[in-house]
Amino acid sequence: MSKYVLVESRDPFESGDVPYYYDLAMSLARKGHVVTLFLVQNGVLPARQGPRSDGVSAVARSGVAVLADDFSLRERGIRDDRLAAGVQRAPLDHVLDLLGEGYKALWH
Amino acid sequence: MGDKRTLTFVLMDPPFENARTTTALRLIDLAVKRGWNVNVFAYEGAVYLGFAKQTPHENKVHGHDLETEDHPITKEWVGAILARAERTGAKVDWVQCGLCVDERGAGEWIPGLRRGSPADLVAFTEASDNVLVIATK
Repeated sequence: MSKYVLVESRDPFESGDVPYYYDLAMSLARKGHVVTLFLVQNGVLPARQGPRSDGVSAVARSGVAVLADDFSLRERGIRDDRLAAGVQRAPLDHVLDLLGEGYKALWH
Repeated sequence: MGDKRTLTFVLMDPPFENARTTTALRLIDLAVKRGWNVNVFAYEGAVYLGFAKQTPHENKVHGHDLETEDHPITKEWVGAILARAERTGAKVDWVQCGLCVDERGAGEWIPGLRRGSPADLVAFTEASDNVLVIATK
């Protein structure tokens, strides 16, 4: 079993391959790996309840920890009470915690 | 997490074009703030992040003079990271890909960076606790 941190900086409105990245996160989790999906920049846009938030909520339901960068959320005016189900606000520092723990890191 | 770590960041984006640059420098700054050692391999357009001739500009369209505009330039952000490293005891080894520098005429950078090659990247990855590649799509 391995540990992965997948950083998603793109949003599904502008980048059609974002759902594949979500699939990768869910597939890794289904195989028993520990997975964190960390949303940053426009990657946090689907973290706001809306037409494209079902994807991140599905990732969270699969056992992946879905976190959204606090700074990116504030930049875009996304409040905690608007976050999609399963998404937690987190500081970017958390990515460093995971890198320091040896998580395998991917950036998209 | 108090234990010292060594991380390598691989950067490709040129400055002033993508939020990836801001996020990359935020991550590096946070690592240095912890006192962790950081290796940076800057290649392709990222060799301009520390370009010494970057100059802030005013914005006449918006009626902003130089001070009001306060235009952010990445060489100052990189310099601030290096200065913080001196205070926290972090070691920052920032390598500018030599081939990328030459083909862009980007050979003038702020103090604290050095010229290198992909061999440095190999050495970085072998000596690091972890590596994050932030590539341009």
